[in-house]
Amino acid sequence: MGIVSPGFQGRPRTQEPALPPGQYLTEDFPVLSAGPTPRVSLDTWEFVIAAENGSEHRWSWQELMALPQETPLVDIHCVTRWSKLGTTWQGVSLDTLLANVDTGAHFALAYSYGGYTTNLPLDDLRGGRAWVVHTFDGAPLHAEHGGPARLLVPHLYFWKSAKWVRGLRLKTMDEPGFWETAGYHDYGDPWREQRYQGD
Amino acid sequence: MATSSPPRTANRWQVGRLVERRVETPTAQTLVLEVPDWPGHLPGQHVDLRLTAPDGYQAARSYSIAGPVVNGPGGPRIEVTVQRVHDGEVSPYLIDVFGDGDPVEVRGPLGGWFIWRPEETAPVQLVAGGSGIVPLMAMIRARRATGSKAPFRLIYSVRTPGDVIYADELRRRVRDDFGLDIAYVYTREAPEGWRGEPHRIGLADVNTHGWPPDLEPLTYVCGPTAFVETVADLLVGWGHPSRRVKTERFGPTG
Repeated sequence: MGIVSPGFQGRPRTQEPALPPGQYLTEDFPVLSAGPTPRVSLDTWEFVIAAENGSEHRWSWQELMALPQETPLVDIHCVTRWSKLGTTWQGVSLDTLLANVDTGAHFALAYSYGGYTTNLPLDDLRGGRAWVVHTFDGAPLHAEHGGPARLLVPHLYFWKSAKWVRGLRLKTMDEPGFWETAGYHDYGDPWREQRYQGD
Repeated sequence: MATSSPPRTANRWQVGRLVERRVETPTAQTLVLEVPDWPGHLPGQHVDLRLTAPDGYQAARSYSIAGPVVNGPGGPRIEVTVQRVHDGEVSPYLIDVFGDGDPVEVRGPLGGWFIWRPEETAPVQLVAGGSGIVPLMAMIRARRATGSKAPFRLIYSVRTPGDVIYADELRRRVRDDFGLDIAYVYTREAPEGWRGEPHRIGLADVNTHGWPPDLEPLTYVCGPTAFVETVADLLVGWGHPSRRVKTERFGPTG
């Protein structure tokens, strides 16, 4: 427990659902990005998984849409402390996309249109815990929120759910991404409050 | 991209105390905090402030640092400017209840992206919406404090003249700081004698008062999401490379 702040009570909290430590609930959908929003045409859009041996697997927009679709209903948690519960998405499981990829890599670097990157252990993208999503709340994902498609990895802080995702580079060594290089935590588990390096 | 690890002290909470408060506008105040082990920071970085209730409940929020470190009798001091968030949990406490000498937990400096390094010589354009001025003011103050000659232009969008944070200081700086230009955009009510009508920021504001792309400026845009989206799109559409346009958006932090 920290130093008690004289006169601070905080919001009434009896009816609040379980949130990761340090998070508060929002009904909005805030936007946080490091630069301008990229606009990506569906005609040229592609998603590429490059394995560590140099082999590449590519999907066009039509090919992605032709894959089995899932509709995850998940809670999301931003490192800036908002959490949003019960969000609904549609997209393709990374299990589906990785199914025919021959790899022994333990890490993935997700990269985006616009130049953003973020790193994750490859295991965290498997087991029904990660998707490439293109629909939010029944409508095409707005560009501000990462449309046409973003990564969705709800068990980690939301900066790991790369917006405008373009592909994954599979790696035998961990390579920090954009925010991870700027002092944020390498893994980012909201339930362990892994916000910054050293947490 | 250069890798730099934040100083160790950035990673732990330490106790700061309120030593001074300045009213900036009817809804914004600057809090001066004495933080004994403050490791220093770059303009554009932020701090997390954490409050603890008697039952142990904690709430933390991020606030931009408004200027360089000030050396006080009890050690280093930092300034944050807090805008009241309607129905907020933390900002009303900091503005209405937090008293002189009261403790608050502080963690930082944080953020290694939305920063300006005073050794940079490229022209800088700053575009602020409302309280988005705070980290940009830190850059303007650091420019002066370090004697930087980098040419600066600020475009500052506010609802009304009464919403201008740091109004007096900005008037003084534009007179005294050679190479700093400031243009205001008023969205609801312009001052007496102002030429033009209140309006939301548009391409005409940006290309009249900003730097053209061929001067390769560094651009920092900070404000509410819709404002930042608009401005960043205008700048990229005008030809500024996305990589030179850094943005910081606020969500509803309270």
